[in-house]
Formats: sequence, C-alpha cells, structure tokens
Amino acid sequence: MTAPKRDHYDVVVIGAGPAGLAATATAAGAGLSTLLLDENAGPGGQVWRAIDSTPVTTRALLGADYWSGAETVQAARTSGAEIIHRATVWSLDRNLEIGVSIGGGSAFIGADHVIIATGAQERPFPIPGWTLPGVMTAGAAQTMLKSSGLVPDGRTVIAGQGPLLWLLAAQIPRLGGRIDRVLDTTARSNYLAALPHAFAFMTSPYFAKGLALMREVRAKVPVISGVTELAAAGNGKLASVSYVAGGQRETVPADLLLLHQGVVPNVNLAMAAGVDHRWDELQLCWSPVLDADGNTSVAGIAIAGDGAGIGGAQAAVYRGHIAARAATAKLAPTTAVKLEPMAGLRQKLACAERGRAFLDVLFQPAKQFRIPADDTIVCRCEEVTAQEILDSVKIGATGPNQLKAYRRTGMGPCQGRLCGLTVTELMAEARGKTRDEIGYYRLRAPVKPIMLSELASLPQTDAATQAVVRG
Amino acid sequence: MFKRADEDARRPVTIHVEGIAVEAREGDSVSAALLASGLDVRRTTAVSGARRLPYCMMGVCFDCLVTIDGVGSRQGCLVPVTEGMQIEIQKGKREIGR
Amino acid sequence: MIGDYDVAIVGGGLLGSAIAWGLGRLGQSVAVLDEGDIAKRASRANFALVWVQSKGLGMPAYTGWTVRASKAWPTLNAELKEQTGLDVALQQNGGFHLTLGEVEYAQRTELVARMHNQVGAADYRMEMLTAAEVKKMLPLIGPEVSGGSFCPFDGHVNSLRTFRAFHTAMKQLGVDYFPEQPVSSIAREGGEFRLATARGEIRAAKVVLAAGNANQTLAPMVGLSAPMGPTRGQIVVTERTMPFLPHPLTTIRQTDEGTVMIGDSKEDELDDRVLNQPINAVMADRALRMFPHLARLNVVRSWSGIRVMPRDGFPVYDQSETHPGAFVACCHSGVTLASNHAFDIAGMIARGALESELVGAFSARRFDGDATPNGSGYY
Repeated sequence: MTAPKRDHYDVVVIGAGPAGLAATATAAGAGLSTLLLDENAGPGGQVWRAIDSTPVTTRALLGADYWSGAETVQAARTSGAEIIHRATVWSLDRNLEIGVSIGGGSAFIGADHVIIATGAQERPFPIPGWTLPGVMTAGAAQTMLKSSGLVPDGRTVIAGQGPLLWLLAAQIPRLGGRIDRVLDTTARSNYLAALPHAFAFMTSPYFAKGLALMREVRAKVPVISGVTELAAAGNGKLASVSYVAGGQRETVPADLLLLHQGVVPNVNLAMAAGVDHRWDELQLCWSPVLDADGNTSVAGIAIAGDGAGIGGAQAAVYRGHIAARAATAKLAPTTAVKLEPMAGLRQKLACAERGRAFLDVLFQPAKQFRIPADDTIVCRCEEVTAQEILDSVKIGATGPNQLKAYRRTGMGPCQGRLCGLTVTELMAEARGKTRDEIGYYRLRAPVKPIMLSELASLPQTDAATQAVVRG
Repeated sequence: MFKRADEDARRPVTIHVEGIAVEAREGDSVSAALLASGLDVRRTTAVSGARRLPYCMMGVCFDCLVTIDGVGSRQGCLVPVTEGMQIEIQKGKREIGR
Repeated sequence: MIGDYDVAIVGGGLLGSAIAWGLGRLGQSVAVLDEGDIAKRASRANFALVWVQSKGLGMPAYTGWTVRASKAWPTLNAELKEQTGLDVALQQNGGFHLTLGEVEYAQRTELVARMHNQVGAADYRMEMLTAAEVKKMLPLIGPEVSGGSFCPFDGHVNSLRTFRAFHTAMKQLGVDYFPEQPVSSIAREGGEFRLATARGEIRAAKVVLAAGNANQTLAPMVGLSAPMGPTRGQIVVTERTMPFLPHPLTTIRQTDEGTVMIGDSKEDELDDRVLNQPINAVMADRALRMFPHLARLNVVRSWSGIRVMPRDGFPVYDQSETHPGAFVACCHSGVTLASNHAFDIAGMIARGALESELVGAFSARRFDGDATPNGSGYY
C-alpha cells in the first residue's frame, strides 16, 4: 500500500472498473499525469473482479465477456498512470480536492480534472427477512465465485430478475455449485411494455448471449417465472424462502438466498461533491446530470461508467475513453487531436448501448419489490421498518432528510446506499409526489468511514484553530 | 453454505477465527474466508443485537464488519487475508480502544 | 383560506414545536407553518446539550432563565414520555468544558471567575477542576487535559428524538402542521392575522414567529425586530461504541445510542453544504488529545449547521405593540430552553402577554441603543 507520489495530478480517476481503466489508459496515454485510485485489492471493479487473481482460470467457466477485460486492464497498466489499490476515496469537493485513505492514513490530493468511475451497486431488494444471515446479493455470490472460486453447496435459491441473475445461475453449476431453484420476479406486464424496443435488442449482442444463458440455466435448474411475492424467514439465520407464483404460495427450505433486481449508480461520492442528479423514470434510480462528455454540474468533475447511468461494461469502457478524451482536450489540446476522434467513440458507445432500453423496460423491478410494507426493514444499518417510515410521514416528515432526523435512516455507515432509493420511493408513494419532488439524502464527506486518527492528522490552519478553540 | 471449486490452486493461508485455525487461500477476502470456513461467523448489530452476515461483498452494505488484528469495524470484504491474521467476530458496539 | 386558529406559529423547529405542543396542552387551536425537507434546520443540527455553565455572562437574567429551564426539563421529559411513549434520554448529571494545556486552563479559570463575580446571577456551582479531579469522573482522559470547568446541572438529551416527540405529541393534541408552506407575508386585518403562503392563507388570532434566523425578515411584518447574527458550526459523528463518557462535554458527547459527537466550530460562513476540512482536523485532533483511545473509532458522518443566533447571543422574546397578538421568539439554545418554551412561553402566549419578570430582559428593545451587552449566551 503506497502513498501517491505527488500531491497534484492532471487527472485523478476514481474506480478501476471498465470505465476507470479505460479513462486512465486514455488520459495517461495522452501524457497527462494520471492517478487511478481503487478501493479493491486488484483492478476490474465488479464486472471484471479479480481478473488478475481469480482461481477460476478455465476461460469457458467465467466466459468471454469477463476475460475481455484483461485487455483494458493491460492498457491502463502500460499507460504510465500511477495506480494505487486499497485506496478509499472518502471526500471530493468543488475544489477538486480528493480525500483518500490508504493503509489507515489519509491525505488530500489535488487534481485539474476528476473522473468518477465508482460504478454501480446492487439495487436494494427489501423483502421480509432480507437482513437474515444467509441472504446475499447475486453480486456477492459472483464476487465469491470470481475472487475465490467459492460456490454455494447448500440449499440455494436465486431470486429476482435481470441479466446478472442468469449469468450467475449459469456460472454456479459450471463450477460444481448447487442451485435448487431460480425464482424470476420479472413482471409479466413488462414483456408487453418492452416490445417497442425489441428490435433494437434483438439486433444487439445481448440478445444471443441472453438466450444462450437462459437456455443453459433452464437445462440444469428449475425456474419459476412470474413470481409476485417473495419473503425470507428464519430465526437468526435463513431457514426458508416463500414465494407466490401463478397465484400459488410455495415455501422451500433454504440455506442461501441470492437476490438481484438490477444495479443502480453508486451516487454517494458524486452527490457529496455537489453533482446534480435527477430521477431517472426508466431506470428508477438517481442519475447524474451530464453533458455528452460526461461532465457534471461541478466544473472539473466528470462521471463515466455505470455511475453515469446503467449501461453495462462495454458502454462503460467507451464512456471512460470519452471522458478522458474530453479532459485531454481541456488540459492538453494539442495532444488531444492525435487521439481517436470523439465521433468514433460516440458511435461505439451508441452501439454498445443498443438494446439497453429493452432490458431497462423488461427488467424494471415491480413496485412491491421496491417499496416494502409493515415490518420489513428499509434501513439495514439503523434497523428502521417501512411502517416506522410511514409513521414519520404522518407526523409531517416531507422528505428523506427530515425522516433522517426522526428515525436515523441513512445515518449508518452505508450512508443510504441500501435504503435511500427505498426511502425516496416509499415517501413519494405515501405523499403522492414525484421522486424528484421528494429528493434524496443530502450526502457529505466522509462517504466511507475513516478513523478519527486519520481525520486528526490532516492539515490544520490557523483560521480553523481559531474557529474551534474558543473560551 | 459455500465450497471451494476444484479449480482453486491458490496457496493456502492460515488465519485464526476466534482462536480457531482456518485454512483460507491467498487472495480471499476475510469475509469470503469466513463464509467458507463452516464456522458460525454471524456478527450482532450495534443497534439491536440482530444477527448479520455479509450481504453485498463489495463494500456498500457494511454487514461484514469484523475485528481484524485487534482493530474493530473493518469491512471484511475489502481486506485480503494474510498469514496468521487474527479475526474476531464483532458483537454489538465497537469496543473501547480496539 | 385554511381555517381560523387561536395561534399560528411560523416555524416548526424545536422552538416552534415546543410552543405548539405547550399551546395544544392548554387546549388552544394551533397551526404550525414550516419549510420543507431541505431547510437550514437548526433542530436537526445541534449538539443536544441541556447546558447551564457559562450562560449569561453579560446578562444575568439569562442565567436565571437557563437554570429555570434546566430544572423544568425532567418534567418535560416525563410528560413527553407519558404522552408519546418516547424516551428522549435526558441525562443531567453534570457536564464539563475541558481544557488542553495551561493557557486554556488559565483562560477558562478567568471566565469562571467573571461569571462568579457577575452581580445578580443565579449560583449554579460552576467550578474549575484540576486534571486529577477531572480524571476521577472521566477516567479515560488523556495526559494533555489540564482540567476544566464543571457544572452539576449540565446535561444532554437526544435532541432528534425530542424533536420527533414534540411533533408526535403536538399532532396527538390536534395541532395542524403545514410543512412546505413557508410564510411570505403577514398582515393584520379585522382583528386577526393573515399569513400568506404558497398554498393559501392561514388566519389566526395570534401569531408567533419562531422561524429561527428568518425571524429577522419576518419580525418587521408585525412591528417587531429580531436582529440575528448566525454562525456556522461543524460536527463530526462516529460509529457506535461501548459507553465510555459518563458526562457530556461542550465539545464531545456520547449519545444514548453510543455514537460520539465531536464539535464544534464557529465561522461566519453561512453555507451549510460546504465542509471545512481543516476544521474537522482540528476538532478530531483535540478530541483525540482529550480521549486518546478514540483513535481508531470510525467517523461515519460530518455535517455543518447554521446556528440560530440573536445578535448578542441572548434570546429574543417580544410582543408587538403595533400588531397586538404578534410575538417573536428565537434563541440559540433551543434544546436547553425547550422546557421553558413549552411551559412558560406557551402559557404567556395563551394568556396574551409575556411576563416581564421572567422574560422582560429579552425584548429586542435592548438593541435599540448602542449599548448591546458585551457578552454572550454562547462562547
């Protein structure tokens, strides 16, 4: 774990997933002093996780899409950029000062341009019992599979919807793991709604891949479609999963429940930096307001990758290249003209995004899976239920921030990552308002916890001391 | 809950979980190693004492909090195992000075 | 038009909601008009102290008013609990202002002496303690702590839960709460007040301005004045830890949940969205020097709030002569004084007149001359 060599860079890229790696390769390749910071032990973000170190080396097991990431990793590594892993960025402000924690010590780094590529996270899936030990996300199982070659071997249920669900359900048996049932919660009405986008989808690369995966899974595992209700139960740990499909309720014993209903941008760093976001009615999440180059409402901060709006790995790569090329055009215009023309990159991005609209509509999670009721926990950190949130609306809480004061939702270490979307939607429904009207938590640094000793070691000023030491 | 794929040829690493020696593999995160160990590694929350295990394995849920080499509230899913590491399951609130 | 009320209160913070609840208890019909989710709510951004020591240097009446509030707090606590079931975790076993090093110790000693020498001040037994004496009560203090001032009446409370309790209780008593309806103008017509909001007009026989710093703008509408001098303060909050701090300090407290709040700063900067990192560094550093074992505790949040602060630091309670039935109420210590607001101020408003014996000193007329008291309710 090394400290950054400089205290100021032309470009700082945050997140070493597809977008961050691509942006790093382009920016450093153009001769800009570039620093890439990533929280994980190795490059790849989520989708190419552990690409350097995975024990699952037989190519067919993880698939071609995964291994295609090696090229982008290599490009970043040979670009001349400084890359630091196990570096957690906890602060970013309008002055482009980046607070980063490495090995238990923090420092501030300056930049002329910052590209946030912190990607996406799993959408919260607040069903009854979702906090029980033994309930995890599909992404978690994928991480264990890729990073450690670990697969489920107990009674395992996978529930939810979306491409990642099918990918995981295919990969687990390939490695000798056990899946007892796949519960598909795709809303039946979505098939019709997605029809207008079907052509674009069918002529995109996703179609054939998706079909192949579904076929592979169905050959090995029972798949139940049209699941409209889902709950986990157990005493101190998961014991069973119950669901309703086709009007019938079933309960199956389970040791592991893997949930997935799509991914959403990880907005915390961008929002804390003051970047404007708006509610995306199709993807049902907060998306940053961006121009075509990925620039945000804060001068000098751009966002690339799934954090800019869910688009998948390939789109993320092109967004990363675009954002870095725009940074180069700003900081080193004479060098920029030698890079791949922007028009070409935009065309490649459009191609990679083809078919997404179909997926977005088809896999829009049904309301009952986004907005829970009664005793279902909404805020996992502070253990606040849906009913408690509604009670606060009754005494006049109009939005997430007043709710935070009344119930502590969003005050835990996850800073709303697992409850924020649910809170916004729950309050919007309860009050009859739009999501934009309800708003979101007001986020601030530190966006990830740091030790008090780290904060205490950061630079102090006379003015600061005078502001604090009084009387 | 989890077993190791036959493919896994990584070097074994010995960690200690509540004093019990557990074989992990080089490159495992602490949380992965705990989940693969077969031990009861559930923590209890500082709010109600409810039992939790890791949920997201990518650093956003904070349910993987664990004490590593005497330092509490580490996100186990982000820390790679090292030989001889001492892991304690966190029960309730963070202890004073640890 | 949305109904006729006995009292309309502008502002639903700790002060407004305390008065609303107090009036509701007396059977009054009350409307509370408030801003929306994003507002500079000091009620959400305070240090939750129920504090007596060092209050009132330069205005002895404030010392008395504070001691009264402190003594009435247990009653407030009990009543809120009985009515709502919410325990606001009131703890009044004394509090400290600790000093680091000899210079700070000397400065604090001098302040304590000045307070003792103030004529007409209530005696609330604020005293200086040596490091050794402090250590008996706070065993975990670090070697740099040189001592500090202690007052046995000081305490703290869960102020967010108090805020929730007031709103819950006032609703139970039939108080109408109108969030997202800031008041743009107030007129007095036909013997009643008409408050204009974006969603219609509220009419009431009396109006109470409890809008914090915004009182400065609202007060002239009813022939009053409320000169304010807000400042910004920053706070750092940690994850929960085992109980280690049996008494609150002016700059560090451990909540009933186990989290540790560390403060505080005072700046003229009024943007509550910006975080001043050097200030966080200074506060964290001082906290560690006071309690070294906190070193590895994780900071999970940091925020800043704009203090409601009348220009000289002391409360403003006034009633209008040109607009009979109009009152203004604002103060810095909305937590400490919550009991007085709920019981005394609400009662006075119900009866139609502020009692000069209790609150006469806090009229804004004191700003009319040049001689603004050179002291503060807040340091």
